[in-house]
Amino acid sequence: MSGDARIPLPLLAGAALLFLLSLALPWTSLDALFARDPSLGWAVLVQLRLPRAVLALVYGATLGASGAAAQALFANPLASPDLTGTTSGAALGAVVTAYLLALTSPLALALGAVAGAFGALFLLLALAGPRAETATLLLAGLAISALAGALTTLALALAPSPFAFYDAYEWLMGSLVDRSLAQAAFAAVPAFAVVLLLARLRPALDSLTLGEEVAEAFGHDIARLRLWIVCLTALGVGACVAICGAIGFVGLVAPIFARRLTRGHPGRAVLPAALIGGALLLAADLVTRLAPLGRTLPIGVVTALLGAPFFLSLVVGMRWRLGR
Amino acid sequence: MSALLEAAGLALPGRLESTGLRAEGPGLLCLVGPNGSGKTSLLHALAGIGRPQGTVRIAGEAPEALAPAARRHLLAYLPASRDIAWPVSARDLVALGGDPEAPLAALGLAGLAERRVDRLSTGERSRVLIARALAQRPKLLLLDEPAANLDPAWQLKLMDLLRREAETALVVAAMHDLDLAGRFADRLIVMAGGRIAEDGEPRALLAGPRLAEVFGVERGAGGRWQLVSPKGDPRSSR
Repeated sequence: MSGDARIPLPLLAGAALLFLLSLALPWTSLDALFARDPSLGWAVLVQLRLPRAVLALVYGATLGASGAAAQALFANPLASPDLTGTTSGAALGAVVTAYLLALTSPLALALGAVAGAFGALFLLLALAGPRAETATLLLAGLAISALAGALTTLALALAPSPFAFYDAYEWLMGSLVDRSLAQAAFAAVPAFAVVLLLARLRPALDSLTLGEEVAEAFGHDIARLRLWIVCLTALGVGACVAICGAIGFVGLVAPIFARRLTRGHPGRAVLPAALIGGALLLAADLVTRLAPLGRTLPIGVVTALLGAPFFLSLVVGMRWRLGR
Repeated sequence: MSALLEAAGLALPGRLESTGLRAEGPGLLCLVGPNGSGKTSLLHALAGIGRPQGTVRIAGEAPEALAPAARRHLLAYLPASRDIAWPVSARDLVALGGDPEAPLAALGLAGLAERRVDRLSTGERSRVLIARALAQRPKLLLLDEPAANLDPAWQLKLMDLLRREAETALVVAAMHDLDLAGRFADRLIVMAGGRIAEDGEPRALLAGPRLAEVFGVERGAGGRWQLVSPKGDPRSSR
């Protein structure tokens, strides 16, 4: 019945493999370090590469699970944290906290980002309504993203520090580099909880395939479900954005692949979407390290370069299906 | 023994006035009434959709006190909309209600079970959704226009199927086809203006004068339904 929670083993193995690769690659420098001084090798492994891999996994998992839940809730395959403005709302919240309120502790940043994500999601629900047409949802999301982006720029322009723009650039583009284990844990703990709690909602989300009325007749409280998803998404995305900045497209792409594994069921796609999201972000991070450009790319650029063409192909596919 | 259905004080603001409904045992109860008369609202109130006022007891149990896993065996609801949000297969959709095989076969869908629901015709999709409601094996089966979109043969097969269900469950179906309702129902409820206007034996109700008042149609020559002529009957002037 609707509680099917099995995760395909190859998916689990793939995510685990990417996690190990993320620790091991590039191999030559690690090998050389271990040969010279094992303690230095361990330091690089535990203090540089482990937080990076953990962050990629949990951030990707949060985006995947939140995207899957949002898509199920809005009955729309284009609902995702970035296209609905949640990510940019979180970024705005963090920038205001850091540069205008001058509060830079991880907790303050996270609270600011969570508040920003909340604001964006409630604005979206107010603007687009609970079961939005694709056009309404995308337009409302676009408007919120644009507004949040403009306000972020404004906040940076008004910031007392003349280096605010330069400072914020790397972070706004999304980055997993040079985060400490403590920071990784700070994002990982709420993110992990959010993924598990979203996965618990899967019977209710699956029943939404039949529409909100039937879901209510089944005994699911839709208003409460909506509130849960908004709160959990804001918490998970907010905590990750506070540490790693805004990363796009993973929350859109991962649930779409996940539903292929669950034969179209949106609710039981939450956990597979989390694993796919984590795997995608681990893979994107490997690309940033291994791309032969002589320097590290911002990870948000990689996900956007891979994700945008996929998004466009979705739009074209929809146009064909609608026969226009 | 408590009645199979006991509903009291059911109301949805602006749509359904305070309404009671009681059925001792299984049977087929058809709801008829003009557009906007409250058929769907009564079904919603019985299914607990849209935070209705009042109380519903099904075989003595309160549905709102049960978790979804238990509640699905108490009541099932088929909405008038045949929209399905995600392109799952017909079998997977029916399985959202319960074991899909028997309902799929009963609705002639065995050959279409693996087909995605967005690639079915509207009538086929209607049958899939009816099969989903049946798969719950509920005590109270609430159906909003189950015969809509079905071809004449399937309308009759559906009503036969509902008659069989009505041996063990209470089936409440909102219908527009008065002939179909009158022929198969054990009990007919006529809705008007958000409340129950008439409740009784179908043949007597369909032959009586109240139908002309509520619907503005009457039986003409050869038993065909026709619009009540403005001059004919003084009661039709309302």
